[in-house]
Amino acid sequence: MDQRPSPVFLRTTSSPVLPPPVFAGGPVKWVRENMLAGPGSALFTVAGLLFILWVTPGLVRYLLIDAVWSSPDGAACRAPGAGACWSFIARKLDFFLYASYPREMVWRVNLCMAMGGVLAVWLLWPGAARKGLGALLFFIAYPVASLLLLHGSDALGLPKAPTDLWGGMFLSMIVATVGIVFSLPGGVLLALGRRSRLPVVRFFATLFIEFVRGVPFITVLFMANTMLPLFVPANWSPDRLVRPLVGVTLFASAYMAEIVRAGLQAIPKGQSEGAMALGLSHWGMMRLIILPQALTVVIPGIVGIFIGLFKDTTLVAVVGIPDFLRTVETARLDPAWAGPTISATGYIFAGLFYWVFCFGMSRYSLMMERRLSAGRKR
Amino acid sequence: MSERGREAVRPQVPLLHDPRFRGLLTQAVTAVVVLSLLWVAVDNAATNMRARGIPTNFDFWNRVAGFDINQTLIPYSAVSTYGQAFQVGLLNTLLVAGVGIVFATLLGFTLGVMRLSSNWAARSFATVYVETLRNVPLLLQLLFWYNAILSPLPAPRASLAMPSVTLTWPDAASFGLALGAGALAIFATRFARGQTPGSAGALLAPIASALGWIVALIALPFGAAAFWGEPGGGVLHWGGPAGLYLNNRGLLLPNPSFGPGSGWVLAALALAVAASVLYTLQARRRQAATGAQSPVGLVSLALLIGLPLIAFMATGAPVTLDYPVLRGFNFQGGLRVNPEFVALVLGLVLYTASFIAEEVRAGVQSVAKGQSEAAHALGLRASPTLRLVVLPQAMRVILPPLTSQYLNLTKNSSLAVFIGYPELVQVFMGTVLNQTGAAVQVIAVTMAVYLTISLATSGLMALYARRTAWAER
Repeated sequence: MDQRPSPVFLRTTSSPVLPPPVFAGGPVKWVRENMLAGPGSALFTVAGLLFILWVTPGLVRYLLIDAVWSSPDGAACRAPGAGACWSFIARKLDFFLYASYPREMVWRVNLCMAMGGVLAVWLLWPGAARKGLGALLFFIAYPVASLLLLHGSDALGLPKAPTDLWGGMFLSMIVATVGIVFSLPGGVLLALGRRSRLPVVRFFATLFIEFVRGVPFITVLFMANTMLPLFVPANWSPDRLVRPLVGVTLFASAYMAEIVRAGLQAIPKGQSEGAMALGLSHWGMMRLIILPQALTVVIPGIVGIFIGLFKDTTLVAVVGIPDFLRTVETARLDPAWAGPTISATGYIFAGLFYWVFCFGMSRYSLMMERRLSAGRKR
Repeated sequence: MSERGREAVRPQVPLLHDPRFRGLLTQAVTAVVVLSLLWVAVDNAATNMRARGIPTNFDFWNRVAGFDINQTLIPYSAVSTYGQAFQVGLLNTLLVAGVGIVFATLLGFTLGVMRLSSNWAARSFATVYVETLRNVPLLLQLLFWYNAILSPLPAPRASLAMPSVTLTWPDAASFGLALGAGALAIFATRFARGQTPGSAGALLAPIASALGWIVALIALPFGAAAFWGEPGGGVLHWGGPAGLYLNNRGLLLPNPSFGPGSGWVLAALALAVAASVLYTLQARRRQAATGAQSPVGLVSLALLIGLPLIAFMATGAPVTLDYPVLRGFNFQGGLRVNPEFVALVLGLVLYTASFIAEEVRAGVQSVAKGQSEAAHALGLRASPTLRLVVLPQAMRVILPPLTSQYLNLTKNSSLAVFIGYPELVQVFMGTVLNQTGAAVQVIAVTMAVYLTISLATSGLMALYARRTAWAER
C-alpha cells in the first residue's frame, strides 16, 4: 500500500479563538458609536462635556460646599458667597409639613399618613394578597377614618381641628388623595355614560366631560369656590376646604373618564357578547368582565392622571388653601430669614418633593406597563 | 307562518325587564334628576344672589372699570370700561399663548429628536431635561423663574447685557487649534483603518492621528482657560452694543420703528413670501413630473432677504432699530417686556416643550424601522432621512397630541394669576369679579372663551384627522 501522506490537507484541530477587534466591541465600540459617530457627533460630545464641566462645579458648590447647614436665623445665609440655606428648610420643616395644625394633635396627621402609605403600598404592590380588601379599605374605610381623625369628633373624644388650620404637605396629600379616591369611580361612571346606547345619558356625560376638559383648572376652582355656595341654600354653605375638593374631583373625573373610555374601547366586542350569552346582567357584565380588563389596560394612563393631579394640587392656593407650595411661599417671605438665597432654596426643596413623587409614579407606571404587556409580547 | 312563529317564541317579559322599557325609564330618570338638580341650583343661586345684592345682569359691562393694567395691546386707561378690560385680558392671553406655542414647538421638536439621537450627550441631555421638567408642577416653575431668578436681577444700571462675541488672538487661536487638531485626529484615525498594510497611508495616518491627539490635548486646556477667562481677556466678552438687556424691570429689546416709506419694505417682504411659496409649489410639481429638484431653499432665502433689502435701500432706510440706552437710573427707548411676561413665557415654554418632546419621540418611534432603513439604503443621510421620510409620516401621529399640548399651554397661561401678568383670568376673573361681584356672569364668560378656543381647535383637528386618515386596507 502507498504510505505517502495524502496531498489533501485536513485540519483536525480547530484554530485558536481570536479576541474580537478592539474597535468592534466593549467600551471602545460604545464610545465610537455613541460619542464619536462623526464630526458632528464628536462636536456635540465635546460641547456636552464642556457643559457638564461648566455646570457641575457651581452647582455642587451652591448646593453642598457653600451651603449653610445649621444656623438659628438668616444671618449666616445672608453672608456674601453663601450657597443654599438648608437650615431654613430644617427650621421650617414643621411648618411645611403641618402648617398651622395644632402641634399637640400632629400625631393624628402622622397616623393618617402612615395608614395611607400602608394602604397605597398594599394596592400598588404587584401580586399582593387580597387586593379587593385593600381597595375596600382605601376607597371606603380610609376616607371616613381620616376625616374623623383629622377633623376630630366629640364622640371619639378627639378635640376638633377646624379646616382653616390645615395646611402644608399633608394638605397637598389630602387634596391629591381625595381626587384619586373620587375620580376613579366618577370617571368610570362618566365613561360608561358616554359609551351608553341611551342618547340622554350619553348627552349629559359628553356635555360634562367636554365642558370640564375645555376650561382651565383654575376656572373650575374659582367656580367651585364662588358658585358652589350660591347653588345651595344659604345655611348649607360648604366648608372652605370642601369647595376646592369638589372642584378637584369634578376636574379629575372628567379626565379619568376619557382614559377609562379608551380602555373600554380596547376590549373586543366578543367579551361583552360572551358575557351576555352567559346571561349576565348589564352591571354584572361590567363589573365582572369588562371593567377589570379595561382598567388593567389603562393603568399607565390612570397613573398619568394621578401625576397630573398631584402637580395640579398646587393650584388650590388660588382660592386661599395653604397647600405645601403656599407654605413655602409664606416661609420664604419671613423677614427673619430674608436673604438672596432663601427663595431659590425653598423652591429647590419643593421641586425635589414634587419630583420624587411624580417621577416615582411614572417609573411605577412604566414597570406595570412592562409587566402587563408581557402576555401580549410575541 | 313566520308571524305566528315569532309570536310563539317571544317570551312573556314583565314590563320592568323589557330592555326597551328599561332604557326609556333610565333616560327619563336621568333627565329628571339632572334637570331638577340644575333647577334647584339655579333657583338657589337666584335667591342667594338677591339676598346678598349680587348683580344678575351684564350692566357692569359698560361701566367704568377704574383700575390700571400694566400691559395693554389696545388703548386702555383707568376710565375705560369693564368690557375693554375684558378685551385687554383676552388679547394678553392670546399673545402669551401665541408666543409660547412658537417657542415650545421649536424647543420641543429639537428635544424630541435629540432624545432619539445616537449621540450620548444629546440623548442624555434631552432625557434629563424631560424627566426633570415634566415632573415638577408648572406653578412651582413659574414662581421659581419669577421670584428666584428674575426678581433678584440687578437694577437697570447693572443690567445683564447680551454677550457680543469678540475674539482675541492667542486665546481664540488655542481654542480653534484644539478643535481643529481634534477633528484631524478623528479623521486620521478613521482613515488609518481603511488602508492596506504596508502602503504609505498606513504609515502616515497613525502618525497624523497621534500628532493630532497630542496637539488637541495640549491646546484644549488653553482653549478652555480662554473660554472661562477673565471678562475682557477671554474669547467671549460681555457687554457691547447688542441692545439686549435683562434686569429686574424686565427684558429690553431694540424696537423697530417704521418711518415713512416702510410700507414699501413690508410690501416687498409680502411679495417675497408669496413668490417663494409659488416657487416652492412649482418646484414640487416639477419634481413630481420630471424628478428634477430645484434649489428651493437657496432661491427662497435670496427672495426673502433680497427683495426687502432692495426696497429698504431704494426708499432710503426707513426702518430703524431704536436701541434702549441707559440714562440715569433707567433705560430710555427700546421695547420693554415686563418680567411677568418673561417669566410666564419662559415657564410655559420650558414646561410644555418637555411634553411636546415626548409626543415627538412617540411619533418618530411609531414610524416603522424599515422606512429609515430603506431611506439609508437609497443613499439618504441621517438628516434628509429624518426630514423627508420619517418626520412627514410621524406628523400624522404627532399632530393630534400636539394640538392638545397647544391647548394645555393656552389653558395653563391662566396660572399667570399667581405672578400678576394681566391675562384673562387675572384681569377678568380676578379684578373685575372682585370689583363687580358678578361672579356667575364673569365665570361664565371666562369659561366660554376657553371653551370656544378648545372646541374650535378640536373641531379643526377632527377635520384634519379625517382628511389625512390612513388608507385602511
